[in-house]
Amino acid sequence: MLHGPVIIFTSFAYLGLLFAIAYYADQRADAGRPVINNAYVYSLSLAVYVTAWTFYGSVGRAASDGIGFLPIYIGPTLMIALWWVVMRKILRISKQNRITSLADFIASRYGKSALLGGIVTVIAVVGILPYISLQLKAISSSFSIVVQYPEIIMPGKVGPQPMREDTALWVALILAAFTIAFGTRHLDAAEHHQGMVAAIAFESLVKLLAFLAVGAFVTFGIYHGFGDLFSRAAAEPKLHALMTPLEGVAGGYASWVWLTILSMMAIMFLPRQFQVTVIENLDEKHLNKAIWLFPLYMLAINMFVLPLAFGGVLHFPDGGVDADTFVLTLPMAEKQELLALLVFIGGLSAATGMVIVETIALSTMVCNDLVMPVLLRLRALRLNERPDLTGLLLGIRRGAIVLILLLGYLYFKLAGEAYALVSIGLISFAAVAQFAPVVLGGIFWKGGTRRGAMAGLVAGFAVWFYTLLLPALARSGWLPTGLLEHGPWGVELLKPLQLFGLTGLDQITHAMIWSMVANIGAYVAVSLSVSPSADEHRQASLFVDVFKQSGESGDARFWRGTASAPDLYNLLARFLGVSAADGAFREYAAAKGQRWPDDGLAADAELVHQVEVQLAGAIGAASARVMVASVVKEEALKIDEVREILDEASQVVVYSHRLEQQSRELEAATAELRAANERLKELDRMKDDFVSTVTHELRTPLTSIRALTEILLEDPEIEQRKKFLGIITKESERLTRLINQVLDLSKIESGKAEWQATSVDMAMVISDTVAAMSQVFQERHIEVDVRVPDRVSPVAADVDRIIQVMLNLLSNAAKFCESGKGRIEIALSEQARSLRVDVRDNGPGIDPEDQAIIFDKFRQVGDTLTDKPHGSGLGLHISRKIVEHFGGRLWVESSRGRGACFSFTLPTGAGT
Amino acid sequence: MSDSETRGQRFVALCMLGIVLFNYPVLALFNVPGTLFGIPVLYAYIFIAWAALIGMMALIADPDR
Repeated sequence: MLHGPVIIFTSFAYLGLLFAIAYYADQRADAGRPVINNAYVYSLSLAVYVTAWTFYGSVGRAASDGIGFLPIYIGPTLMIALWWVVMRKILRISKQNRITSLADFIASRYGKSALLGGIVTVIAVVGILPYISLQLKAISSSFSIVVQYPEIIMPGKVGPQPMREDTALWVALILAAFTIAFGTRHLDAAEHHQGMVAAIAFESLVKLLAFLAVGAFVTFGIYHGFGDLFSRAAAEPKLHALMTPLEGVAGGYASWVWLTILSMMAIMFLPRQFQVTVIENLDEKHLNKAIWLFPLYMLAINMFVLPLAFGGVLHFPDGGVDADTFVLTLPMAEKQELLALLVFIGGLSAATGMVIVETIALSTMVCNDLVMPVLLRLRALRLNERPDLTGLLLGIRRGAIVLILLLGYLYFKLAGEAYALVSIGLISFAAVAQFAPVVLGGIFWKGGTRRGAMAGLVAGFAVWFYTLLLPALARSGWLPTGLLEHGPWGVELLKPLQLFGLTGLDQITHAMIWSMVANIGAYVAVSLSVSPSADEHRQASLFVDVFKQSGESGDARFWRGTASAPDLYNLLARFLGVSAADGAFREYAAAKGQRWPDDGLAADAELVHQVEVQLAGAIGAASARVMVASVVKEEALKIDEVREILDEASQVVVYSHRLEQQSRELEAATAELRAANERLKELDRMKDDFVSTVTHELRTPLTSIRALTEILLEDPEIEQRKKFLGIITKESERLTRLINQVLDLSKIESGKAEWQATSVDMAMVISDTVAAMSQVFQERHIEVDVRVPDRVSPVAADVDRIIQVMLNLLSNAAKFCESGKGRIEIALSEQARSLRVDVRDNGPGIDPEDQAIIFDKFRQVGDTLTDKPHGSGLGLHISRKIVEHFGGRLWVESSRGRGACFSFTLPTGAGT
Repeated sequence: MSDSETRGQRFVALCMLGIVLFNYPVLALFNVPGTLFGIPVLYAYIFIAWAALIGMMALIADPDR
């Protein structure tokens, strides 16, 4: 059943099915119920990365060097791990700026430069041509093999046959027609091709299933599982070497590393990957699933590569069958017609998917960033006055698709035969890797400038052209091979494959090293030496700080000028068509709470920006800027003004941060103040209490003095005169003592008291004070018992103050002892680091609840109304203050009826 | 630190882990003759490490799958 007509019919039926899927998806999208708005379809569409290169070429690569096919898929896996950081940023930037392609992205980043967009487009188109030719080669050679069934004849050995030449051309033309039908049916302002994405996702399923089917057939059908296959392969000396492929290969690891880096760049910057990942993305959240589903897809499709390669080598031991065709020739050799047809369709899927998306992406670039900027600048064409340009735009894109595919065919004719599939594809990978510095630099480094980007791209591309493309052409016989062997004009140092004498590396590694050195070097050096314009400064800030901005109109604040709403409307209608323009304006007006066209819209910066963004979706940022500028009068902002606006914005952020912080600090300060205020109030109340208590205490003796003196004044000869004078003297003494104590206290409390710490012998203090009090004790018949050790350590304190404390305690004890039966025990003892003094009396004792308050100011135990006060109520308070000042402690132990024991400690040796 | 930043840092760490796993000298350790589950050691290692890496990416990117 594998005849030419059947195969051709099946192929067309398959393409028809794809078209039906695309058509259905487009219909659903128009109806507002998109089928592709789902993370699984998104992930599958990313698998457009897997092309005929993988489908046929990986096996070929594995058969020749074993491990070399894997970095192409491991690199992307590592890169995708960084997508959370990198791709989310690119997605956000692209959505905010309505980016339509990779060229648009780069041009927009570097000041909406049309020239830069053009350079990117040229590099992309030239760089991708080998890749497209690879797909054409794969389709045409797989076709020419499969029609030979049941014979297995390699395309090169069929002999001169015009039919074969034509296959590739026919494939190119059919694919061109198909792509035009897919991608340029109508103009979408957002450049979404939902139908295409649905078809691509379907193709990804088909190629995966086909590859897994043939892999399983070879592994389990022809051989008996992995173990059997690999043990047979191990017996073959040629394959045995491939089991440990990294050994002994010169630069084996360098090649592995560079291929990994290269494919890390490719997964980001291949135009078709940028198209499906960024432009066709409907929801940023889809990335979360794609981040692991897409690598999983790559893992799955690579599982059977090695078994297929080894199986093929074992099956065709004489080497007459090209390893790139094992996937197809193995089922053919086993007479599995249906499987062979499925494989052919799978390969067709892989190749057509790539060609469709790649050419659509490239045609958008060619139209928006190469042709339109030129046409719009040619005043002779009077494009500005044409009422409807949508037809022109579509025409340019269709032409570009045909042209790109024909150029791919041309490359296939020129250079396609000299290389294996993978080697052809790697040339394209190296070309798109040139975009990495300007894109990655552009989104993380504000310092990159337009001139720097141009210099980097041109330098990198030139090196790529010289070290990869020229040798490819030379090997195919289109340039003298002497160029490769002896260098241009015989200059050995400039040999394209050993530039500046760098040898020992494979061609791709060699080219990558030199092109990256040139690219990054020129980009950084020129960026740092030329200062950016106002436009560049603004765009750099919009791109790098994309996550810091709010709202979509980040650009509007940079615009100043005059415009009219109808002019803007007409401009939009010319490029997008009347209905799309109507829709856009109505939406804008509705968001402002107005109606279009009933209410006159204010043509302010926001509307102008909105129109420019809409336009950018159709014709690219650089062209959109030119077109909008043609209908509005814009006052160019100077770089200082742009800086000012940016600085203002960043300052506002800084200010608001600072404000937040200040308000937090303020709250804390308020709380502190409140607490302080409470404390102050408390102190104030205490002071009032103190004053009223002091005056009360002063008044009592004063009153009695005054009463007695009044009596004496009236009758100086009164009998009790002597007694009265005695009382007056006593009360005056009491008054004096009280006043002294109050003064003393206020000095201590305000910290103005003068302390003179000297070495004090406590034993001496005790005997002195007891001697001073002996008169009192004798009067009251109090027995005194002093127990002092022979030697005690000195303490550091003010001796007068300590005497004051001792006197206070002793007089208190004497005061409360019952006359005649009183007994006071004074004990001095040395403790670990202090001296302890106990003064025990056998008075009435102190209730436990009173023990705490007797140390307060003016507090005395007993009923103050009935009992006569025994003192000022300040003595114990002052004593405690003194002891505490010298680092000691003063306390009391007592209970009712058992006397009281006042004790204090003072640290020893502190002052020495 | 926001959730987004945390995840970003985890991904960067994971990428570094991947770079170590698929590079000299770790690869050289497995570049030895012999088989694992009937598969040459180097290839078995690469596929297992690769699958583990993808598993971890799934855990970080899409925790509520």
